[in-house]
Amino acid sequence: MAVRVRVPTPLRRFTAGVDEVSADGTSIKAVIEDLERRHPGIRERLLDEKGDIRRFVNIYLNGDDIRFLDAINSKVKDGDQISIVPAIAGGR
Amino acid sequence: MATRSQSFPRLPADANAAAPAGARSSTASAREIVPVARAGSVLDLVGNTPLFEITRLTAGLIPAGVRIFAKLEGFNPGGSVKDRPARKMLEVGVAQGKLKPGKVIVDSSSGNTGIALAMLGAVLGYPVELVMPSNVSRERKKIVEAFGARIHYSDPMEGSDGAIVMCRRLIEQNPGRYFKPDQYNNEANALAHFETTGPEIWRQTRGRVTHFVAAIGTGGTVMGTGRFLKSKNSAVRVIAVEPDDPMHGLEGLKHMASSIVPGIYHEQELDDKIAVGTEDAYAMVYALGRTEGVLVGQSSGAAMIAALKVAQSIRQGTVVTVFADFGEKYLSTNLWIGWQQWRHERLQQVIAR
Repeated sequence: MAVRVRVPTPLRRFTAGVDEVSADGTSIKAVIEDLERRHPGIRERLLDEKGDIRRFVNIYLNGDDIRFLDAINSKVKDGDQISIVPAIAGGR
Repeated sequence: MATRSQSFPRLPADANAAAPAGARSSTASAREIVPVARAGSVLDLVGNTPLFEITRLTAGLIPAGVRIFAKLEGFNPGGSVKDRPARKMLEVGVAQGKLKPGKVIVDSSSGNTGIALAMLGAVLGYPVELVMPSNVSRERKKIVEAFGARIHYSDPMEGSDGAIVMCRRLIEQNPGRYFKPDQYNNEANALAHFETTGPEIWRQTRGRVTHFVAAIGTGGTVMGTGRFLKSKNSAVRVIAVEPDDPMHGLEGLKHMASSIVPGIYHEQELDDKIAVGTEDAYAMVYALGRTEGVLVGQSSGAAMIAALKVAQSIRQGTVVTVFADFGEKYLSTNLWIGWQQWRHERLQQVIAR
């Protein structure tokens, strides 16, 4: 399953500056594992020690916050759009 | 709009140590900080915030000779420390003839500065337009709109730098229309703290402050306050607090190494910098609410963690930090999602470090 993942500015140092990358997987969890293979270091920014989504990271699947779906186990399908959005805007 | 005052009233009582006696308002006889009992404008209510000693949370954690205080900036009329630089930047803009009737105040702000500008624009009679990433908290958008300001939303994926760029574009499209306070590059931002926050801390600690710890968003607080305190006592240590990673959840703070560095931020003036993790700062916010009865925003949690670290590293001293705002406007944000399951173990880890 190939999906497109939108990457916010603070994570683009892992994607060579690219703002949208592709990844494979049938769940958000699998997609993140695949992202880590392609862009080492990115998983630690998204998941905490227990493997849960960090509290200040929001992940949207086709516009829906995955916390209101099946969180990290939310299923994804071919062509889905995933957006990683920091919970904050930074700067005052 | 004819009834609105376009002028800046005198600074509130004792707000400006350098002001000549005649320029002070009538309540300024005492040396102590005296809150303004009556005011004719919210401009008079900016500053003179309480200095709050943190004692319960720190019991048994810091040496007996060390005290930690926090300026409770949530007591400002706009609810944050940003009222200080916003007022000063508009005041200087008017004095320099750059802000005059017919101009629109515009800036990029993810929150507190926008709220301060919207409030002050309302009372001074200037329209305000703000550029902010669309993922700022719902409360903030509503507060700004309640003051009558107009919001332009920038791409949340681009963060605050995206808002800065969009704001520049707005001005380019209509160069004569706007006055931009430009908090990131306007020295009046730091000057506000040199003139008010610094003198207040000096007086409130009776000159005993040894360490000043402040989180950096624009750098205005740490630069201006730090400069004033060092001018009174060059031994005062000035320490900045920043997020430990570019990907963080500390609203209002900047990870300098990965950001557009503000023009008013001069790192060489700092004695030290402390990096704080988002989750640690969140845990501290919960702890402050439950032990001190003070509900603050996440940047205050970060400031408190750094202040605690500084306090634990010395044997004697007075550490002063800044709690930039109170916490109500973050209740809908990630800070409070799932916090109950999570807070206990985390705080133990934070304190043990």
